[in-house]
Amino acid sequence: MNTTRLVVIAVALFLGLIVLSNSLYVVDMTQQVVITQFGKPIGSAVADPGLKIKVPFVQKVNAFDKRILEWDGSPRQVPTRDKRYIWVDTFARWRIVDPLKFMQSVTDENGAHARLDDVIDAITRDLLTSHDLIEVVRNTDRTMEIFELDVPREATAEIMVGRLGITREVLERAQEQMPRYGIELIDVQIKRVNYVEEVRQKVYERMISERQRIAERYRSEGQGQSAEIRGQKEKELQRITSEAYRVAEELKGNADADAAAIYAAAFGRDPEFYSFLRTLESYKTTLDSESTIILTTDSDYFRLLKDMK
Amino acid sequence: MKYDPEMMVNSKRAPKLPELNRGTLQWVAIAVLAIILLSTTFYSVATDEVGVVKRMGAYTRTVQSGLHLKLPFAIEKVHKVRVKYVFKEEFGFATERPGVRTVYRRGDFSAESLMLTGDLNAAVVEWIVQYRISDPVQYLFKVRGVPETLRDIAEASMRQIVGDRSVTEVLTVGRREVADEAQLVMQKILDEYETGIQIETVNLKDVNPPDPVKPSFNEVNEAKQEKERLINEAWSEYNKAVPAAEGEAERVIRDAEGYALARVNRSQGDAERFVAVWREYSKARDITKRRLYLETMTEILPLIPDKFIVDPELKNLIPLLQLDGKGGGE
Repeated sequence: MNTTRLVVIAVALFLGLIVLSNSLYVVDMTQQVVITQFGKPIGSAVADPGLKIKVPFVQKVNAFDKRILEWDGSPRQVPTRDKRYIWVDTFARWRIVDPLKFMQSVTDENGAHARLDDVIDAITRDLLTSHDLIEVVRNTDRTMEIFELDVPREATAEIMVGRLGITREVLERAQEQMPRYGIELIDVQIKRVNYVEEVRQKVYERMISERQRIAERYRSEGQGQSAEIRGQKEKELQRITSEAYRVAEELKGNADADAAAIYAAAFGRDPEFYSFLRTLESYKTTLDSESTIILTTDSDYFRLLKDMK
Repeated sequence: MKYDPEMMVNSKRAPKLPELNRGTLQWVAIAVLAIILLSTTFYSVATDEVGVVKRMGAYTRTVQSGLHLKLPFAIEKVHKVRVKYVFKEEFGFATERPGVRTVYRRGDFSAESLMLTGDLNAAVVEWIVQYRISDPVQYLFKVRGVPETLRDIAEASMRQIVGDRSVTEVLTVGRREVADEAQLVMQKILDEYETGIQIETVNLKDVNPPDPVKPSFNEVNEAKQEKERLINEAWSEYNKAVPAAEGEAERVIRDAEGYALARVNRSQGDAERFVAVWREYSKARDITKRRLYLETMTEILPLIPDKFIVDPELKNLIPLLQLDGKGGGE
């Protein structure tokens, strides 16, 4: 008898526990919950965390994440307006704001991802094909420091929209389609943009030839400047020597003039005597052992040989 | 010993055994319950962590490191978050084993690191992002997959910044600036998402031109150095030649000064000598003149080997001289 009562109590307790556990549920901080009864949603979604009560067995808990969720687009090849083929990889962040609608329209996150794929990829493609590549790459009109010779013209083009402008527009347009899925798009970003392989090779070739031209310019700049310095050196040398020559000649000339004045002052006293003296003096240097002298007996010196007067 | 199946059966049906077990089982059950209760009540939080406590799914409190109590079982749950640890994410490369000689994983990370610059060139940028969890509650409850989100944002931001710079800027002068701006942009997006993450640093580790283009970049460096070399050589030539020329110029000028001095001195000497002679001459003009003449003749005539003294009437003197053989070697 005792045992039967114990068993009955145990079974009742067990059943009670099952019922209790089925009528209580926990909503986590990261969750929001929709209660359905035979698949039909009951009441509004439960978003505040805590311990909640529902009708056991009949009602079902459908939990959805409340946090910001990830979406990562697969890389896609897209032509830009200026006919450049690029790989674009986008990502987005989104959130389930209306779990009821979300559950009805896309069932779960996988469904949502499929919708996001469709919507974001299509809009991104639309926008990219209607913008030049440079608008996707650049963001502002910031003037870049470019000492390159052969920059593609569009690199200096005016930026009308810019990368952020494009992503903002993708976000806005995609967001328009989101409410019907109970989704809020928080952000869309272009993660990667890259040339497709063939274009990349061409870009590399261009970069190489650009670099070679820069190298060439450095070399010729070096040669030019060194020639300039050499020229400057020649000029300086000419200046220095010629200035020295001028100063020296001036000094010498002045000295010559002084000497001439001194001579003139002295010899001016008796020019005839000077020429006599100077002539005699010059005989001593002009006549030597190599000379031959022919003198007539008329000369002052040998006059006596002929005629003693 | 004799085999007795009866004994075996009897010992199996030991009548007092269930009673004994019941008491023990009770104690065991109580002990197990107590252990579970205690182990789910006490928890410790390490020094670089905080504990975030949820009660029935709802956030209640954040506790610092140490030993703490909570409501048992699953009523309260603790998430431990390493708030003091600095996490690191690597882009464009991956460390396999850090150490004195860090080992990097081989592989192609170009998808991550290859980016377009504002002049539509390409650069390979490798960088790291270091971050801390500054708001553990946001970190746990606001965004799912925070590290992945951080990586996505980091890539988008870095490309946004690099996309606004020329390849030359990215490779050389703008490196610090690129890192700083990327950090700002990243932090802003992370805050908008409420990730609860604070970026400590963004560091550009390596910025290179793509491999196929590298040699030509090196060529530019070489050319730059060659330019410097040519200029330096020219200057060193200049610096050698110009001072030498200046010295030479100085010498020429000093020479001229010497000449001038000598010239004036000589002329004065000559003049004084003339004046002295002239003074004597003016005292006895005729005799002095004759004396000077005769003295000179006496002095010079012995020096001259060939002397011809002829009568003024003599004609055809020249043939006579030629016969002598002097002056006509042939």
